[in-house]
Amino acid sequence: MRNRSFAIGFVITLVITLTALISFVWTPFDVTALNIAAKLQKPTAEHWFGTDHFGRDVFSMIMVGARNSIAVAFVAVIIGVGFGVPFGCWAAARGGLMDEALMRGNDVIFAFPALLSAVMITAIFGPGAINAIIAIGIFNIPVFARLARGAALALWPRDFILAARAAGKGAARITIEHIIPNMANLIIVQATIAFALGIIQEAGLAYVGLGTQPPFPSWGKMLNEAQTMMSFAPHLAFVPGLAIVITVLGLNLLGDGLRDVLDPKLSRTRR
Amino acid sequence: MTLFLARKLTWTLATLLVASVVIFLALEIVPGDPAQVMLGINATDETVAALRKSLGLDQPPLTRYLSWVTGMLQGDFGKSHTYSVPVVDLVAERIVVSLPLALIALFMSTIVALPVGLIAAARRGGAADTGIMAVTQLGIAIPNFWFGLVLSTIFAVWLQWLPSGGFPGWSAGVWASLKALMLPAVALALPQAAILARVTRSALLETLGEDYIRTARAKGLSRRAVLWKHALRNALIPVLTIMGLQFAYLLAGTIIIENVFYLPGLGRLVFQAISLRDLIVVESVVMMLVAVIIAINLAVDLAYLVVDPRLRANH
Amino acid sequence: MPRLKNLALSTALAIAIVPTGALPGMAAKTTLTMGMVLEPPHLDPTAGAPAAIDEVVYANLFEGLTRIGSSGEVLPGLAESWDISEDGKTYTFKLRTGVKYHDGTDFEATDVKFSIDRAMAEDSVNAQKALFAGIDSVEVVDPATVKITLTTPAGNFLFNLGWGDAVIVAPESAEGNKANPVGTGPFKFAAWAKGASVDLVRNDDYWGDKVALEKATFRFISDPAAALSAMLAGDVDAFANFPAPETIPQLQSNPQFKVVIGSTEGETILSTNNTKKPFDDVRVRQAIAHAIDRKAIIDGAMFGLGTPIGTHFAPHHPAYVDLVGTYSFDLEKAKALMAEAGLKDGFKATIKLPPPSYARRGGEIVAAQLREIGIELEIIPVEWGTWVPEVLKNKDYDLTIVSHTEPLDIGIYGRDDYYFNYKSDDFKAIMNNLNVETDTEKRYSLMGDAQKRIAQDAVNGYLFQLAKAGVWNAKVNGLWENSPVQANDLTGVSWSD
Repeated sequence: MRNRSFAIGFVITLVITLTALISFVWTPFDVTALNIAAKLQKPTAEHWFGTDHFGRDVFSMIMVGARNSIAVAFVAVIIGVGFGVPFGCWAAARGGLMDEALMRGNDVIFAFPALLSAVMITAIFGPGAINAIIAIGIFNIPVFARLARGAALALWPRDFILAARAAGKGAARITIEHIIPNMANLIIVQATIAFALGIIQEAGLAYVGLGTQPPFPSWGKMLNEAQTMMSFAPHLAFVPGLAIVITVLGLNLLGDGLRDVLDPKLSRTRR
Repeated sequence: MTLFLARKLTWTLATLLVASVVIFLALEIVPGDPAQVMLGINATDETVAALRKSLGLDQPPLTRYLSWVTGMLQGDFGKSHTYSVPVVDLVAERIVVSLPLALIALFMSTIVALPVGLIAAARRGGAADTGIMAVTQLGIAIPNFWFGLVLSTIFAVWLQWLPSGGFPGWSAGVWASLKALMLPAVALALPQAAILARVTRSALLETLGEDYIRTARAKGLSRRAVLWKHALRNALIPVLTIMGLQFAYLLAGTIIIENVFYLPGLGRLVFQAISLRDLIVVESVVMMLVAVIIAINLAVDLAYLVVDPRLRANH
Repeated sequence: MPRLKNLALSTALAIAIVPTGALPGMAAKTTLTMGMVLEPPHLDPTAGAPAAIDEVVYANLFEGLTRIGSSGEVLPGLAESWDISEDGKTYTFKLRTGVKYHDGTDFEATDVKFSIDRAMAEDSVNAQKALFAGIDSVEVVDPATVKITLTTPAGNFLFNLGWGDAVIVAPESAEGNKANPVGTGPFKFAAWAKGASVDLVRNDDYWGDKVALEKATFRFISDPAAALSAMLAGDVDAFANFPAPETIPQLQSNPQFKVVIGSTEGETILSTNNTKKPFDDVRVRQAIAHAIDRKAIIDGAMFGLGTPIGTHFAPHHPAYVDLVGTYSFDLEKAKALMAEAGLKDGFKATIKLPPPSYARRGGEIVAAQLREIGIELEIIPVEWGTWVPEVLKNKDYDLTIVSHTEPLDIGIYGRDDYYFNYKSDDFKAIMNNLNVETDTEKRYSLMGDAQKRIAQDAVNGYLFQLAKAGVWNAKVNGLWENSPVQANDLTGVSWSD
């Protein structure tokens, strides 16, 4: 049962990742070349998912879009982990005023609706994949900070940490040598979930025009462009939507599976 | 306890202060000038300067910040540059869309999620549980704006049961307005319900594993009775936390859904104000949203105390 | 020159409304719901640039001394007639009498002086202050006569007075016009549901012919998909400029609707920074001109709506010269010119695209076309809030796409500080001759020279004249087919039945 989640999630994620990787070296058609004469075709043997309003091959666009979604969401997770985990551990190690201040700072970030901060970031720096990464990444920081702080607080009173302290190790060293390795599983699981969320957020940003910019296709942008053509070319909206759903589903299943595999104790309840 | 409350309150105020500085600074560095945007391309520099003066934009940033903050303390959130009406009025016009939408979506998600989570927990490992978990997995994976698009295609374009978007205003009748909010609310509620159902289930299972529950079981209470009497009460904490967060999200994070269904909501007001560089509107509305979210967090913290006596003892 | 007004402020402001429904009446309907893409920020045309303001209030609510008719002609407005002095510097306007503002106060010559002085004042916030720059003084001769003296003769002065920015307002109500506009027009302001709609009602005390409509509602729907469903559902009776060209065929095939493809004054061009390397080399600009396939752009970005242009001039104007063939679509020639300019391997540049779909979609296509000759364009979408300071004011751009929607605006090529950075003494000489020439035939021929000059120099990439896709209920009569100025003049609108 638990391994089935993992297996399905793993396979989906693998396929999507491979698709993204293959798109670097090969796509059926060039996604930057327009062919207005061949626009808005229904799915055919040549164009598996049809063509869009510029006559581009939708299947190729989905392939390149996968690369784009994964890259944005992945880097955003790295930002979240890279800043959030040290913050959380530091807050837990120091305690008191520092802890409170860090966590309130966290609240401020958390209180900003992610999309609003994205809108502001793009108003300042202009839209683009990098700014989408920053916006989603910032949103990830408090998530990981809270998680790491909670886990670290739970670990500090444990015997093996007390022993390390008795041996004269400093807080930073204990955090690096003992705390972080012991919360790694938790972080990995949360990272998969944040990854999945990042895919949805990236699509949302691109949908309102704040994400990846042309000529590079992205799933969210494809959805946006398809919206006015729903009545005569519904496949243009359904295909990228399904791509998002399948990818996110795969990652979530993978996360669940990982939780079970990495931490049998947790899986007993939080599946 | 009083000390705890006082400390919480102090931190809340400090957080708000920090937030106000962050918001103000962020908008200071946004390029573009509201006066220039309002007057367009043909306006002479002198005209733009005249308008800047009349809007008070020629003042130094610190002066503007202080007058903004002191204004807010007195309940004055400023006047929109573009619309020349008080920000509060603009918010009032939009909140009658955003608040009901958030409440309806939260209500929908809760009435579905709680029983579903409960069933899954009660039938843990069974077919119902497996099925429910699979469906919630799918629910989380569907982006709400795409779901909104699909819903509007099916129910508005094909079946023509509900409007594809827009908001007639409550003056046009409660029923018409509710109909307009129905599809966006469903689109918003689905992923929220999926998350909430999962949280409910795992919270219940977690409390069922606790010692006192085992004791209660050992004393001969039936599994069902334990579930209802003890577990549910304790599982409420994480469920409430998530609901609080979801409400905050629904109130402000719905710009995309407002776009899909072209609803004149709060998110859209901010979005539009940013593009018109109507800075005072952005600042004040974001500040209000942040305040609401912090207040919700505070309320959830306090709710913990009420629900869980053990936490009370700790403080 | 492009006014922000004419350029849709942002795509973000949408809202529409769901049906209160059209009642199938026995008699002809006397209400009209007009769809608009953008909501005006306020309703005072003398204090803001957005076109949406004029689209609600022009001719309906506010009137000027003159007004512009549906084919761009100057008609009498609040001035029933005028005399022009021999030297062309003094205009004496005979005003209509018995005209009242919507608040009941009388319209008099002092209001004209007040309105024009206010627009010219130092602290004026009139977005088109330049329209009044040539005015030396405004003099009240008697309550029904006003004399305006110019510093130099200006052939288009009467046309300028017909702009929305030059409407006559009363000193008592001027300051409140943003939220509660008080004019002299055939409609009165009734209500404004922000984010949704503005209602106007018939002014029964109007000085002129009473209008057929009792009530007019402007509904704001920015989302193209929403506009389509509102139109199909009958929630909106008319869209002067329908926002989704891709759906036009669907509407055309429906007998319930009349679809009128009209002309606008919008020359949609690939604006080029003429001093920035390598665009300062005329061969590079010519190469770009040869590499652009206008048909593909019109088909791809506008779904076939639009007329190709080869210069900065409206094709429906009598002085228009067809210069589309100056640099025909020819990749070989384009590549040869690139090689001649020493850029055989191409180069990288940026293109900043404002929000309207003609720019965003058109820009994507242009970028793909220029890639064929080795020019790699980085696409930077910008909001108007960023476009104005960056491109227009600071000229910090390589290429951009924008529709210049002002009538007869070829003169911008003679302005040194304009964002094209085009400097041609030749062109300025033509313009100087044009300004003093009064004979129509000779003027047209000079306009032709001007068109040829900029086409030869390939100052900008000339793409297409923006079309206006008007869609309305087949029973509605009297809406403008073209848009010589930004307006939804409802004075002649009625329902048949």
